[in-house]
Amino acid sequence: MQFFFEVLIGGLLSGIMYSLVALGFVLIYKASGVFNFAQGAMVYFAALSLVGCLEKGAPLWLAFILAFVIMTLLGIATEKFVLRKMVNQSPIALFMATIGLAFFIEGLAPMLWGNQVWPLDIGLVDEPIGWILDRYNIVVSSFDLTAAGLAMALVAGLALFFQYTRVGRALRAVADDHQAALSIGIPLQHIWALVWAVAGFVALVAGMLWGSRNGVQYALTFTALKALPVLILGGFTSVPGAIVGGLIIGASEKLAEIYIPPVLTDIFGGNFGGIENWFPYVLALLFLLVRPEGLFGERHIDRV
Amino acid sequence: MSAYLSINNIEVIYDHVILVLKGVSLEVPKGGIVALLGANGAGKTTTLKAISNLLRAERGEVTKGSIEFEGKRVDQLTPNDLVRGGIIQVMEGRHCFAHLTVEENLLTGAYTRKQSRAELKRNLEKVYAYFPRLKQRRGSQSGYTSGGEQQMTAIGRALMANPQTILLDEPSMGLAPQIVEEIFEIVRDLNQREKVSFLLAEQNTMVALRYADFGYILENGRVVMEGEAAGLRDNEDVKEFYLGLSSHGRKSFRDVKHYRRRKRWLA
Repeated sequence: MQFFFEVLIGGLLSGIMYSLVALGFVLIYKASGVFNFAQGAMVYFAALSLVGCLEKGAPLWLAFILAFVIMTLLGIATEKFVLRKMVNQSPIALFMATIGLAFFIEGLAPMLWGNQVWPLDIGLVDEPIGWILDRYNIVVSSFDLTAAGLAMALVAGLALFFQYTRVGRALRAVADDHQAALSIGIPLQHIWALVWAVAGFVALVAGMLWGSRNGVQYALTFTALKALPVLILGGFTSVPGAIVGGLIIGASEKLAEIYIPPVLTDIFGGNFGGIENWFPYVLALLFLLVRPEGLFGERHIDRV
Repeated sequence: MSAYLSINNIEVIYDHVILVLKGVSLEVPKGGIVALLGANGAGKTTTLKAISNLLRAERGEVTKGSIEFEGKRVDQLTPNDLVRGGIIQVMEGRHCFAHLTVEENLLTGAYTRKQSRAELKRNLEKVYAYFPRLKQRRGSQSGYTSGGEQQMTAIGRALMANPQTILLDEPSMGLAPQIVEEIFEIVRDLNQREKVSFLLAEQNTMVALRYADFGYILENGRVVMEGEAAGLRDNEDVKEFYLGLSSHGRKSFRDVKHYRRRKRWLA
């Protein structure tokens, strides 16, 4: 039983890391109704900028602020040179634009900072928390727990922001109908630049945590793929959905890895390792059949 | 009455090639209700979007002429500037934010105004006073409300910006006649009590001319007729072509294709 809880908690905490990446997608999807293919590239770019500033000798807090400034500039530039031309275009055109943007950022990042694998040390240690190990004999990584705490705070803040503030409401309005938002005087330019900057901030936090765990390298761009089943499960438009989706994916992935292969081996014989690599996607697929808008996503409203 | 919003001989071109307005001039007096009439594709919506400058998002451009509001040129301003300045458009087809509640829709209308929470609340109550039905439905997602309620939401949302002039595009679209009357009554109310001027584009000529003071008739991107609403209502040409009435009373659809009158302005 202790082993079960250890696996479960480990899974939930790593799920939060997925949520963090998914959150960036949700933000941009909410504000512009477009799936931002470049989110993975932004995570990579943010982490690389952070490391780059650290390498130049800046302390962590300063490097973080500098990286955030860089991400904000990137967001503003994206609005000015890409999105502004795309008002009132179909979502697929915007999506294509983000694919282009992804390639651009993936090229820009190593050009600015070099393409070697950097280690990133943000002062968090990855070791079991003592008192939990003593009392319950369960291994819980302090790194995972801190990361989860950070992610939770970020999510709570964003959810409140979207639901209750003037700008948050405007963001949701823009997501629903660009033109109508324009007609009542909401300046799309500011809103979009803002949301890309916030998405950049989320990418920075995600990049920092993932980077300090796996090293800052090009492979970070693939964390975006892990966010996909999370989004399908939680819903593309929901901030809490990204969290719950991440938890479910993280936990089910780890549990499936441990508990399903022995059962399969019993029945069919042979070796069933590596199940965790495809299990989330199968889960997402099943979900698409039952509830295509996700657990917390906005239902598509059609008048008939 | 002094000219307050005036459009002088504007030409609008979409995508650099399609000439939609070929020299339209019109005036909206302060506190007036002006109807812009005409068939599909006559250029009504384009005229409104030229004023509110939503044209640019559709790759349209005012290439000639000028638009003045309170004596100042406004044709280069962004929609955001215009809303701050007091001109707001309620778009055809309502365009409510479907996933926001009715109340949230109204609140987004106040985006351009810097105001305290109490003021905001007061404005909200004022809109609810004009549209009591919206108060009942304040918590529903507007995507699930009826067409009439959505039209009310759209007008209410515009009111939250505290406009002096509302450009109202096709408020009767897809609504039952009774609801259309209700909406127009509220428009008249707003005009009289809040002193809001209206420029309304309508295909429903009959209703529009009953509520407006003055009317312009557009055809193929030109103003072909203008005059006091009462005068237009009695005009034989208007009756024949837009109201479906002839000197023999209501016209039979059998004769529709065989115009007895010619459109004299086409000659």
